Amino acid sequence: MAPRVSLFVTCVVDQLFPKVGIAMADVLERAGCIVDFPEGQTCCGQPAFNSGYRDEARGMALHFLDVFRDCEYIVSPSGSCTAMASHHYAELFHKDPARMDEVRRMASKVWEFSRFLTDVVGVEDVGARFEHRVTYHDSCHALRELGIKTPPRKLLARVDGLTLAEHDATEECCGFGGTFSVKFPTVSGGMVRTKIDSIARSGADTVVSIDSSCLMQIQGALSRAGLPIRTMHLAEVLASR
Amino acid sequence: MPIEQPAKIDQTLQDANLQLAIYSATGRLMAKRKDAISPDVCPDYQDLRTQANLVKKHTIENLDYYLEIVEKAVAARGGKVVYCRDATEVADFVLKLAKERDARLLVKSKSMTTEEIDLNERLEHHHLEAVETDLGEYILQLAHHKPYHIVAPALHLTRYDVADIFAEHLSAERETIPEKQTLMARVALREKFLAADIGITGANFVVADSGAVVVVENEGNARLTSSAPPIHIAIAGIEKLIPRAQDLAVFLRLLARSATGQPMTVYTSFLSGPRRGGETDGPDEFYLVLLDNGRSKLLADKGKRESLYCIRCGACLNHCPVYRKIGGHSYPWVYSGPIGAILSPQFMGVTHDPWLPFASTLCGACAEVCPVKIEIPRILLELRGEVVAAKTREKSNRWERLAFRLYAWAARHPSVWSAMGLAASAVAPDVPAMLNRGPIADWLSQRDLPPLPPKTFRQLWREREGTGVR
Amino acid sequence: MERDTILHRVRTALGRTANEAPAEPPPVYLRVPDWSLEERIRRFTEALEALGGRVYRAGGTAAVQEIVWEILAGRSAIVSADGLSGIPGVEGPYHDAARIREAASRVDAGITGAEYALAETGTLVLLAGPAEPRLISLLPPIHIAVVPVARLLANLDELLTKVPDPAAQTSAMVLITGPSRTADIEQILIRGVHGPGEVHVVLVDSETG
Repeated sequence: MAPRVSLFVTCVVDQLFPKVGIAMADVLERAGCIVDFPEGQTCCGQPAFNSGYRDEARGMALHFLDVFRDCEYIVSPSGSCTAMASHHYAELFHKDPARMDEVRRMASKVWEFSRFLTDVVGVEDVGARFEHRVTYHDSCHALRELGIKTPPRKLLARVDGLTLAEHDATEECCGFGGTFSVKFPTVSGGMVRTKIDSIARSGADTVVSIDSSCLMQIQGALSRAGLPIRTMHLAEVLASR
Repeated sequence: MPIEQPAKIDQTLQDANLQLAIYSATGRLMAKRKDAISPDVCPDYQDLRTQANLVKKHTIENLDYYLEIVEKAVAARGGKVVYCRDATEVADFVLKLAKERDARLLVKSKSMTTEEIDLNERLEHHHLEAVETDLGEYILQLAHHKPYHIVAPALHLTRYDVADIFAEHLSAERETIPEKQTLMARVALREKFLAADIGITGANFVVADSGAVVVVENEGNARLTSSAPPIHIAIAGIEKLIPRAQDLAVFLRLLARSATGQPMTVYTSFLSGPRRGGETDGPDEFYLVLLDNGRSKLLADKGKRESLYCIRCGACLNHCPVYRKIGGHSYPWVYSGPIGAILSPQFMGVTHDPWLPFASTLCGACAEVCPVKIEIPRILLELRGEVVAAKTREKSNRWERLAFRLYAWAARHPSVWSAMGLAASAVAPDVPAMLNRGPIADWLSQRDLPPLPPKTFRQLWREREGTGVR
Repeated sequence: MERDTILHRVRTALGRTANEAPAEPPPVYLRVPDWSLEERIRRFTEALEALGGRVYRAGGTAAVQEIVWEILAGRSAIVSADGLSGIPGVEGPYHDAARIREAASRVDAGITGAEYALAETGTLVLLAGPAEPRLISLLPPIHIAVVPVARLLANLDELLTKVPDPAAQTSAMVLITGPSRTADIEQILIRGVHGPGEVHVVLVDSETG
């Protein structure tokens, strides 16, 4: 039976990179999934949680649980937002055993997009074509909280015409960190400049990741530095033909 | 809005030479660690971490029991345990002993715990000469700097800085070759070792049932400090205990590999009490100072007490992209980097430097390399919650709190939320003009914003569903 | 009293009561590889030489004397125990702390034994005792250690299996892994800061014949 996927697009994609959400839906449908978009979704609460506003984050988490309660699979174009729902909600509700059951049930249904494709749908070749030299940025939460290292690379390896050129600092943080980039703009700027130096050394013309917020940070620095390198979400690469 | 933070951060960012020094030194330590834990030379690295975490957890959770064990064991070997609640009590103990023994000169080996309590300054205030003997620490003492890094204290200084410092303080010719600078220090310090009345070391581990301190080092200054003077005082935080000598097989392996990528440090001294009958040299007296200085307060917090598992390897500093930009002197206390960011607020209070727990992208590199598996990002998040709670009590931070409340409220009302999104898209063409002020301008000082799309995902999705296009 | 205050604070923080015995600590974790003697010699030599130390093989006491004499090449030395006296320029053993300190500060080399050596890391294990003063392996710029091959253990874990509590045997056990070094100035490796900058180890075959 075809998996029923509910998109959890995240605030950043909804507001700033809507085409990433559409590309994700296209790829999932081509891979045989039935896709819907629960309109009541808003924000997972990560910015509040990361800023120390736990009560506010808890309220937003409850809303998330309501909206996605009856879904079969919840798939998101972000390692960071996925990790918030699958890992950090438990920290918000650990004193509330009744709610913890619900949190655990939901956590097992939330998937990051690339791993959902390789591990649940069981597909690596989505029939994409993209004739570019690509480097992949490991976003921190996908890499270290979810352990996602190989799924995006397996998917990229099967894209026609694509050459993967890893950069030496692939596991180094881009310096975004949500409100960190607002509270510490100069430190954040220093970090992303280190990142783009490494990207430039790889000779790639496109940076790919599974988190649009990292890509926004990297794109902003590439553009400021005048480097002719663009950023694309993995979903957009996989939707290309 | 940028949070209030030390000016040192931007000074460090703007110092190109310093940036290069930090980046290359930490990068080299990262590469050495990576080689030293690779599966062909350390196949059970992850098992060692798990074991170290379990042993630390067990010891910390039963710390009073092991303190009493070590106290008896030290006494049985002819030494004495001295408990100190804070910095003043340590200084008072050392001063009293020095007076009784008519001691004038102390030599010291590197110890973060004594940095924590400003021991040297306190002793010098009473006209006792206390000389740091680790090369890096010696340079810092002459220059009156604080350690820049737990393992590489003088990381921020070049050979030319060292040349200036030595020329000024050793009244010698200016010498810029590191080999010769090292020899100058060897000669100057050798005299001190042989003349010293008291030697003070730290302790990397205190072995409870042996009543022993374990000191690891590469230079030999800790061996000299503990062997040459007639009195040896080891100063350790109460959290440094491990139950048995056999546990060292795990901890020594992890410490050296995580810190400098060495399989073993050059010297590991296992010291239990003064010289015994029959032994030809060594100190006549041995004291183990066990320092609280706020540690017992940390123990009460189950969620954060693992901060005390730290074995001071410095790996989290080397791997922290924030430390690598802002350097060791931007931090408010002697402990810098990620471990400093969780220790300082707990020791000094979260309102002391409220910016500190926020100075992290939560990238998780620190937790990934921690040899005793301290969950630093999780603890940072808890501390952020405590900072917000403290500011709420103080009624400061009003605007930020209001903004988060509004945003959380909107997030629970999808119609409001999507209306806000639509409104933002509608004004998208005018946005660049709105960005010349406030936090966004600070953000834009570093990077460009992406062009705002004319439609949100919600709108695109409705159109897509409406047309039935797949 | 400080002691009682601290213990009380710790107990209260942990929710424990006085004289409450803890659960058993985690079982010790020791891994001793099964290496043949030749394997141990090979590994010890590789590990120590990678650090800038030198390793020699001697067939017996006479050969040891010859090797040590060659290493010294006319430089002065002090010996920690009987057995190596008799080489020209080598003084000792002394049994008086002041005399040991004076001589060890003056000569070029300290010649010691070693209770054990550890193959995996190229480490010498010295236990302070009547025949092993602490300063002979520490003050002179050169350290020469003479170790029977039978004393060559696989690693630290095997040492701690054989010596589960070093405090039972000595007030000072020191593990020496290569020459004294520092990298405190610009991360440049320099040997011989405070301890010996040269470490020579003579492995002696079958000392009992």
